[in-house]
Amino acid sequence: MAALEKVVLAHGSGGRLSRELVEKVFLKAFSNPALAPLEDAAEVKIPGATLAFTTDSYVVTPVEFPGADIGRVAVCGTVNDLAVKGARPLALSAGFILEEGFSGALLARIAASMRRAADEAGVKIVTGDTKVVERGKADGVFINTSGVGLIPKGRRLTSSSVRAGDVIIVSGNLAEHGVAVMNARDRLGLEGGIKSDAAPLNGLAETVLKIPGVRAMRDITRGGLATVLNEVSGACGLGLELDEEAVPVAVPVKNACALLGLDPLYVANEGKLALFCSPEAAPRVLRAMRAHRYGRNAALVGRAVKEKQPRVRLNTAIGGSRILLMLEGEQLPRIC
Amino acid sequence: MKGAEQFSSPLWRDRALAAAALSEMEKLVAAASEKTGGTVNFMEVCGTHTMAIAASGMRRLFPKKLRMLSGPGCPVCVTSQGDIDRVLALAGLPGVIITTFGDMLKVKGSKGLDLHAMRERGADVRVVYSPLDAVALAEAAPDRQVVFIGVGFETTAPVIGGAVVRAKKAGLANFSSTAFFKLVPPALELLLSDPENRIHGFMLPGHVSAIIGLEPYRFVAEKYKVPCAVTGFEPLDILTGINMLLKQIAAGKPEIADEYFRAVKAGGNPAAQKLLAEVFTVCPASWRAIGTVEGTGLKFSKAYEDFDAVKRFKIPYSDAPEPKGCLCGQILLGKALPPDCRLFGKACTPSDAVGPCMVSSEGACAAWFKYGG
Repeated sequence: MAALEKVVLAHGSGGRLSRELVEKVFLKAFSNPALAPLEDAAEVKIPGATLAFTTDSYVVTPVEFPGADIGRVAVCGTVNDLAVKGARPLALSAGFILEEGFSGALLARIAASMRRAADEAGVKIVTGDTKVVERGKADGVFINTSGVGLIPKGRRLTSSSVRAGDVIIVSGNLAEHGVAVMNARDRLGLEGGIKSDAAPLNGLAETVLKIPGVRAMRDITRGGLATVLNEVSGACGLGLELDEEAVPVAVPVKNACALLGLDPLYVANEGKLALFCSPEAAPRVLRAMRAHRYGRNAALVGRAVKEKQPRVRLNTAIGGSRILLMLEGEQLPRIC
Repeated sequence: MKGAEQFSSPLWRDRALAAAALSEMEKLVAAASEKTGGTVNFMEVCGTHTMAIAASGMRRLFPKKLRMLSGPGCPVCVTSQGDIDRVLALAGLPGVIITTFGDMLKVKGSKGLDLHAMRERGADVRVVYSPLDAVALAEAAPDRQVVFIGVGFETTAPVIGGAVVRAKKAGLANFSSTAFFKLVPPALELLLSDPENRIHGFMLPGHVSAIIGLEPYRFVAEKYKVPCAVTGFEPLDILTGINMLLKQIAAGKPEIADEYFRAVKAGGNPAAQKLLAEVFTVCPASWRAIGTVEGTGLKFSKAYEDFDAVKRFKIPYSDAPEPKGCLCGQILLGKALPPDCRLFGKACTPSDAVGPCMVSSEGACAAWFKYGG
């Protein structure tokens, strides 16, 4: 692999180039067994317990949009990275990079929203940091959150433990966050009340983890479901099949994606997880998810299969099939 | 928007209907291949069809003797290297804001630079969803020159024409656009006039036809005896369109069939045609891999030539060479498929593309790369 020449925007897309950036620069520099699996959170062993540890930075424009704001997303994103590893969140940190001139009232609203999201997740923000940079050196506010959680004894969720025959379940309608933000950012005027799905999923995760046969969960964020499935396929060495018709997408979001030329399978979410479990566990997992406020539209969308090459295949509505790659570059509005 | 899908319907991807169309296709292809004496080669002229065929995974359901070739209908792909260089030259001008659709960002000029690279070097390049956004930007920034990168076919031209009309009415002296527009019917004539062409039928673009109607294609069936079907973009549209072409071969009666009649009327869209006639005039256009051909493009008419960015900033055209080893030209002419190119998937991928067919989201190479053959 050639060395990284220059950082481009697509290195932050969450897709294949993001992966390459991490592999070329950070994995090389930091290499260690806890980092190596590159999952949503790392497992750190201490005497008598296993911790999950994660960090994430948030740079969204605009900072407020229908359904959520940068603060809610910053708390939920980190809580969810812990939750999908089966961890109970213990504490969060919050670091702020503020641009000179940023509105005090807006900052207070963001902080209050973080508090509400943390209360909902049952976790406290126990430490923080603030830096202010000159006007023009940042875009309003950037937030970094880190989180630490406790993985209960005997629980081990990892993408590499997915087996052939296991099924794939998503916890609800996809692509709402990405479309809501794009609609607000570019004032597209799309109707249908499209809102960000940002939500803490630790409650939902706890409920389904009581069911035996759950092998792994992943937080479906940037790069969308397509990218997450490619990562899992690589980690477990199996082919994954996704049934196009089974993937839940709300009608207004479908319309928005059709209009903009976006594929919902690549659009970001902030309150959805993908779960891998044995086929026997699937009915109970679906029932448990659908009984939870953040899992009402949960659906079984595919399965793991033995294949020569670990890759993701999409079974299309008309009965065809094609390969589903990781996000390449950025998703951009098209010409016609 | 609540309630029903607005741009599609589950019926258009219904599995049982698709299976019925495919089984009919199986029989029709067998009959047609006897007449063609081998494979039956249809060209989908439009990039949106290329993507729709790939995204629905239908290629592996097609009868073996049916081949769908991608044609010169992806706006970015057919733009010549010389015109791309002009876009980059415009981006390099001080004080200019370049506004563009996303697809144009990563097309490389002859010096290996693209608009992304120009942005890193300080150019002000912004992606917009509509040329009207660019006009609004010009109104909001009177001390800057706002240039829209206009490329495309009869579909995109009226939208940009409308933006220019609005800019003229508002008396905006700081808005302009390129007019690198191309026309579909003369492009078909270009393909057909090549004696080596092996095209047995055209799947004609739905959106372009919604503007121009059916009449401009008449010569294809009458002069060249090649079947045509204006086709929509849903999986069942495409299967039905293919069957309409096959039936014409079987009957030996080439015509301009209209599968997409829910959007395309024989007379097209008179309002858009009037706008095109007012804002543009037919001119020579420079096509990638083909060269400059008389009567195949649109430029601003006398009344609107002040809005021509190339004129306003006096950007010269130079015949720049196309990238070595790149088969985009052959692919656009239906003479090669993406995997035939030795750069495909190796030196040329969507994130580091050599040719425009890999850059554009509607390019044949991007479709093959993203969705597999």
